[in-house]
Parts: sequence; structure tokens; C-alpha cells
Amino acid sequence: MIYFEKVSKIYNSDKVPALEDITLSIKPKEFVSIVGHSGAGKTTLLKMLIAEEKPTTGSIFFESANIHELPRAQMYKYRRKIGMIFQDFRLIPHKTAYENISFAMEAAGKPDEDIASDVPHILELVDLSEKANHFPRQLSGGEQQRVAIGRAIINQPDVIVADEPTGNLDPMNAYEIVQILQKINEFDTTVLVATHNKGVVDLVGRRVITMERGKIIRDDESGGYVL
Amino acid sequence: MKWITFRRMFSSGAKNFVRSGIVSFATVLIMVVTLGIISMLIFLSALLQQTLTAIEQKVDVSVYFVTTAAPSDIVAFQNKLKQLPQVAQITYTSRNDALSQFRARHANDQLTLQALNELGSNPLDASISILAKNPSQYDSIVKFLNTGPALSANGTSIIDRINYAQNKTVINRITFAIGATQKIGIGIALIFALASIIIAFATVRLVIYTSRDEITVMRLVGASNAYIRGPFIITGVIAGVMAALIVLLLLIPITWYIGGETTLWFGGFNFFLYYRQHAVYIASIIIGAGFFLGSTASFIAIRRYLTA
Repeated sequence: MIYFEKVSKIYNSDKVPALEDITLSIKPKEFVSIVGHSGAGKTTLLKMLIAEEKPTTGSIFFESANIHELPRAQMYKYRRKIGMIFQDFRLIPHKTAYENISFAMEAAGKPDEDIASDVPHILELVDLSEKANHFPRQLSGGEQQRVAIGRAIINQPDVIVADEPTGNLDPMNAYEIVQILQKINEFDTTVLVATHNKGVVDLVGRRVITMERGKIIRDDESGGYVL
Repeated sequence: MKWITFRRMFSSGAKNFVRSGIVSFATVLIMVVTLGIISMLIFLSALLQQTLTAIEQKVDVSVYFVTTAAPSDIVAFQNKLKQLPQVAQITYTSRNDALSQFRARHANDQLTLQALNELGSNPLDASISILAKNPSQYDSIVKFLNTGPALSANGTSIIDRINYAQNKTVINRITFAIGATQKIGIGIALIFALASIIIAFATVRLVIYTSRDEITVMRLVGASNAYIRGPFIITGVIAGVMAALIVLLLLIPITWYIGGETTLWFGGFNFFLYYRQHAVYIASIIIGAGFFLGSTASFIAIRRYLTA
């Protein structure tokens, strides 16, 4: 489904590559945890997948398409296949919880009727029905992350990419977020999580890719957090 | 573009405008200043144009006839002049009319009237004043007069004098001064307008700069560039049109006050009257400028965040 072929990334200002010769394959319905210290290359790897960064060398394929060779006009359609969750939530500040989620559907050109039926359902799934009309500033960190998850899954993407989704949350909220991600995976959505939260990785107990200085140093089919 | 997409962009742009509160207020305020300067430019141009036209209308060529000129010769001469394509209007003042006008003009000057009475006869000449269709045509009319078309039955000229040469220098100087004032005034106003347009652009750019993270998120959730750009342009247009409406409303009391105070000073040009008579013209320019300013500034400002 996702295939990284000898991908390297060198930023202009750095002598050390952010990613070095990464070859990696991810199958549909997998739940993959990517672990490593800060600066190991986890975020760069995910940014390549959502086409926010271009590799210096190598190619990244989503199904059969080389994503960095997609025409600009096609890029937004590709991004609709991926739901993205960030450590800092990245919600649109002047939109309510409902509007942040419905925005992704509106942008995809979904009809009003679908939006009216799906958004309340997703709000219920992330347990935010009662705060649908709250703005991000009126929500706690955990609630904001749940809105972000709602936004990521509303268009039923093929893949969920989460970059440190529990990084700004207390253990209780972190636990809830992982449970939601597991539930999403149970509905056959591929999930990629970059984290250095040992508890999260051990709780999931699925495939773990360990990175260090831009390289993959371990790839365990079913493992825990080992550094 | 689908109607549903446009409706969503419009709704989102309008909500952004309302929810951005103080930022929207600041943008509107800057645009009010810009559009205010543009409206000043319109009034200044009209004022100078009217002054120039008024002065141009005061220019004429007066032909004075000798006291012995027969009325039939003068009428024949007038008929010849009327055939000239450059001539717009001819006004005849007989000797008696000239005397009556002179007396009326000097009604409070007993010394002059007394001197006139002592002359015993009417010393004033009959005259005609010729108004050209265009001020530049006076030279050709004077040239025609100098070819000697006004002859009496016995072949002598019935023209005593033509006053164009004396007036010409003064008129040219005033016309030049008004023209220069018009150019300098409009030039300065244009510089102000340009400066404020740049400030308005910078303000919109700053507003969009503060939304750059939001734009990134929109891209990452799969919004097309057009869908991201749309609401920002709508917000810019709302700010521009709202600023235009505020300017148009503010102009009512301002022109009313200035009009009342300065009509005499500006030689009859009444700002309020001009605004009332040209309301549609001024409103279209100001609203059009607001629309253009808001949409173009937003379009240019957001372009750099939509490259990938």
C-alpha cells in the first residue's frame, strides 16, 4: 500500500541527513508505531508521506502512484486519502469543533445532507457531541485532539497518520486517544503513529519501527518500545 | 465552479470576517482611509475641472464697432460670423444697451455719471461678443476678423477694435495656473492614494500571514487551492465593500458641511450638490475600488502560501 524506496532527505543547512536510505513497506490495515528519540527522523518520514516535504533522493509510492510526481492539481485529491493528526492539534481557531470537522467534508465537495448526518456521528464517536459548538480555545488539549481525530477520519481515509498525537496530553487523555486510534484501525484503516511515548507503543502491541539518526535500526512485526 | 462550493466559500468568508473581530475592523479602517483619499481625488478633479470650464466660458472675443456703423452692416457682419463653424454664440449689445449697462454699473459713482451727462451724446460703441465652441478656436476667429470682413457700404471697416489680444495673455496665464494646479493637486492625491493602497495591501497581507498555519492545515485536509483561496477573497471583498459603504455614508455630512462653508470660496462649486448629482458615479467608483482592493490584495497575499 505504502512503499518507501531508498528515500533520503538532506536539508540545506544540515550536513547530517534527516533520512538516509529508507526502504519500507506498509500493508493495508496495519497499525505501525514509529519510535525514536527527537531528531531521529520520524516526523520527516511522515511529512514525506503527506507530501509536505520532498525526498532528496528516492521515491514514495501510495498504491501504484509515486506521490511526489503527482501533478499539483491532483495533490489535494491524494491528501484526502490520508487523515493527518498532529501533536499541536492544528485546528482552525475561528471554527467550532463541528465546523473544523465539517470543513474536511466541505473541502471534499460532500453534499450538505451527508455533512449533516456524518459530523454528529463522528462527534459522538469522539465523545464531543455536547461541545460541538465550542471553539478550540474553549476545549481542553484532549478534547482538541479528539476534534483533530474526528477531522482526520470524517472522509474515511485509507490511512491515518498521527505525529506525536499524545505528546501534549496527560496519561488519561493519551490513553483515550490510543483507544480511538485502535478502534479506527479495527475498521480496516491503516494507522501510522510516530511517538516516543513508551506507554502508547506497549499498549498497542503491534508493528514497531525504530529509527535513529535518520535510519531504521529495527522493524519488529509485533513488539514493544525498545531503544 | 459549483454553486454549493461558491456558497460554502461565501459563508466561510463571511464567518471569518465576523469572527476575526478586531482584525477585520482594522482592515476596514485602513481601507476607509484609502477609499477616502480616492474619493477626495474625485472631488478635487471635479472642482478643478469646473473651475477650468468656468474660466474658459468667461473667455470671449468682443468686437467694438465704430459709432458711425449702420445697424444693417452690423447685422450683415453677424450673419457672416454665424456661418463660421467655430462660433458657438454671438451676443449683440447696441450703443443704447451699452450706455444703460454702463449707467447701471456706475449707479453709485455720481462723478462718472456726471461726466457722461456732460458729454451730451452717447460715447459708447455697439459691440458683439463671440463665444467659440472651444477656447483653442479663438485664434482662428480673430484671424478671420483681421481679414476685414466687416465693411460698410462705402468700403471702410466698421470695426473699431477687437479686445482679444489684451485678454488673451491674462486668460492664458490663469488657464496655465489652473492646469498646473490640477496636475500638481491630482499628482499629490495620487501619491497619497498609492501610499494608502500599499498600506491596505500590507494590512491584508498581514492578516493572511497570521492565517498561514490555518492555510497549511486546509491543504493537508485535502482542500484544493481554489477552495482555500475563496473564503479569504470573500473576506477581503466584504472588508473592501464595507469600507466603501462607510466612506459613502461619511461623505454625506462631510460634503454637506464643506459645501455650505466653501461654495462661494470655490466659485460656486458645491461639494454636497456635486455628490448628490453624481451619487451613482461616485458610488460605483468607490464600491468598485473597494471590491478590487479587497479581492486583489487577498489574492496576491494568499498566493505564496498555496505553492505546493
